[in-house]
Amino acid sequence: MEEMLKAQELSKTFKLSKKQQKLEKTTTKTKTAVDRLSFSAYRGEVFGLLGPNGAGKTTTLRMLATLIRPDTGDAVIEGSSIITDPNGVRSKIAFLTSELKLEEFFTPDYLFDFFSELHGVAPAERDERKRRLFGRFGISDFAGVKVANLSTGMKQKVSLVISMVHDPQTIIFDEPTNGLDVITARVVTDFLQELKAEGRTIIVSTHIFSLIEKICDRVGIIVSGKMAVCDTLENLTAEKSLEDKFFDIYAEMEGKVL
Amino acid sequence: MITIMKKEFARFFGDKRMVFSTVLLPGLMIYVLYSFMGSAIADQFMTAADHVYEIHTVNLPDSLASLKSQQDLEVIEADLADVEPLKSQIEAQETELLVVFPEGFDEKVAAYDSLTSQETAPLVEIYYNSVFTESGTAYDTVCGILEQYETSMANKFDVNADAAKRYDMATEREMTGQFFSMLLPMLLMSFLFSACLSIAPESIAGEKERGTIATLLVTPVKRSELATGKILSLSVIGLLGGVSSFIGTMLAIPKMLGGAAGGSMDAGVYGGMDYVMTLLVILSTVLVIIGVISILSGFAKSVKEAGALATPLMIIVMVVGVMSMFGDGAPSATYLYLIPFYNSVQCLNGIFSFSALPVNLAVTIGCNIAYTMIMAALLAKIFDSEKIMYI
Repeated sequence: MEEMLKAQELSKTFKLSKKQQKLEKTTTKTKTAVDRLSFSAYRGEVFGLLGPNGAGKTTTLRMLATLIRPDTGDAVIEGSSIITDPNGVRSKIAFLTSELKLEEFFTPDYLFDFFSELHGVAPAERDERKRRLFGRFGISDFAGVKVANLSTGMKQKVSLVISMVHDPQTIIFDEPTNGLDVITARVVTDFLQELKAEGRTIIVSTHIFSLIEKICDRVGIIVSGKMAVCDTLENLTAEKSLEDKFFDIYAEMEGKVL
Repeated sequence: MITIMKKEFARFFGDKRMVFSTVLLPGLMIYVLYSFMGSAIADQFMTAADHVYEIHTVNLPDSLASLKSQQDLEVIEADLADVEPLKSQIEAQETELLVVFPEGFDEKVAAYDSLTSQETAPLVEIYYNSVFTESGTAYDTVCGILEQYETSMANKFDVNADAAKRYDMATEREMTGQFFSMLLPMLLMSFLFSACLSIAPESIAGEKERGTIATLLVTPVKRSELATGKILSLSVIGLLGGVSSFIGTMLAIPKMLGGAAGGSMDAGVYGGMDYVMTLLVILSTVLVIIGVISILSGFAKSVKEAGALATPLMIIVMVVGVMSMFGDGAPSATYLYLIPFYNSVQCLNGIFSFSALPVNLAVTIGCNIAYTMIMAALLAKIFDSEKIMYI
């Protein structure tokens, strides 16, 4: 198995403001969002980061996407380090999250060309890819409509397509189905499975057990910024359901029973 | 970088309302507003050309009977008894002027010798109402006639009496220059600043607020290219807005001044070279303004906050602009031209008063460009800073 992504000892600490300290009922000035997290992802697999809200999933993915820098540790994606070669990483990955928005003023067609140009994709290649992806997601009819006037589902599809302009082999997806209706969520999960079938590597974060069970090959369970367990879905669900397994681990880690 | 610039232009020029409100509207507004102000001021202080003033006189002497033959005056002779009622009429703006001559004015004047007389000179009393424009004008007219009469009685010498000759050696060009150099730098600076303020926060803080800039930051585009692309394209748009306001002003100023300044002010005194220099100075100034506002917008969490942060800066720029209205024109010491904003204002002042030194222009443009490059680098750092961008 070819290792596409290797995260080693990633840590990230945030400073807490006075207000946040009060909310968290703590007097320490910092909060460790991610604590020496290590994992690997291999070609053609879907790796899922599972954890409750605030466990550090999004922070981890943001570090992988080079939006924030880890305090310690490093991650290498397809041979590029997020520390020493962030631009190399950016040209290799697709990063998708609900926080990244498209400028509503432009049309999908324009945005596809714009992001292709930023990624340095040749025009002929771009046009071919655009035709294929727009067709695949049924965007062709809306290619000339401003993003502002598209439905939420269509916007999500456009975001997906735009993130694929440079044909990335590694796709990092934060909460892929959050806030989507069942139909669009289905489109997204189908697409992820398609990408996997094409031999791409996909890393998703979620707190939804069913999504993990449906698409992931391997799972890392994060609790309070630490990797509690990292194993194949098969092994994790050998004795009991993923949900039960998760709560066992959670109780063990946090030292309390829910 | 070209891609970023193209996108900014597409964003801006694709939005007709935005183009209209940032580029066309300011120039148009200024033109209409100033022209309107000009004609309003003219209306306020000028009366219709064919107006006939109603003048009441008491004891009108023969020597001044010529008043009656003045085309624009209608002289009505009155008695002393009418004085009080007429005064209240003037107060009520019902009639325009009352001139009370002492009895036997001509004899008294003839007998009076300013060098030997123990008594006060004969007194002519003119009642008028300065709030009532027609009354004020009539007052000025009659005073003029009386003064002329007084001068003609004891004429020993004249000053500047030859109407055909030009005594004020200042040329029209210089007068126009002095006037424009007082007013224009301040106006231009505020136009440029408000043009920039209407676009830069939107493009940087706005993108941050809407989460679209993060989408750009996960692409392999260099932060420095993103920063430079943004600053350059925003500067071009800001410049368009500023130039539109400038054209509006140049066209409107002659109208605004109207007849008041003799109608001699004309932007035509400036040649192509002056306009080229002006354009270069304002272009470099726009770069600096956009740079500063971009950095403030980079720190701001929202467009609103960016606007609030930029307001103190706007006040500073205005104050620097107002400074050019006083003082003795542009200073020549070159080191002063290293100060941003101040250098632009003084350069403009110099250009409009025909006294700009090439070395100071060069220093201004050069260091404005240098400042912009520093600010572009700083903006790139801001784009790269997770603390500023994502919290």
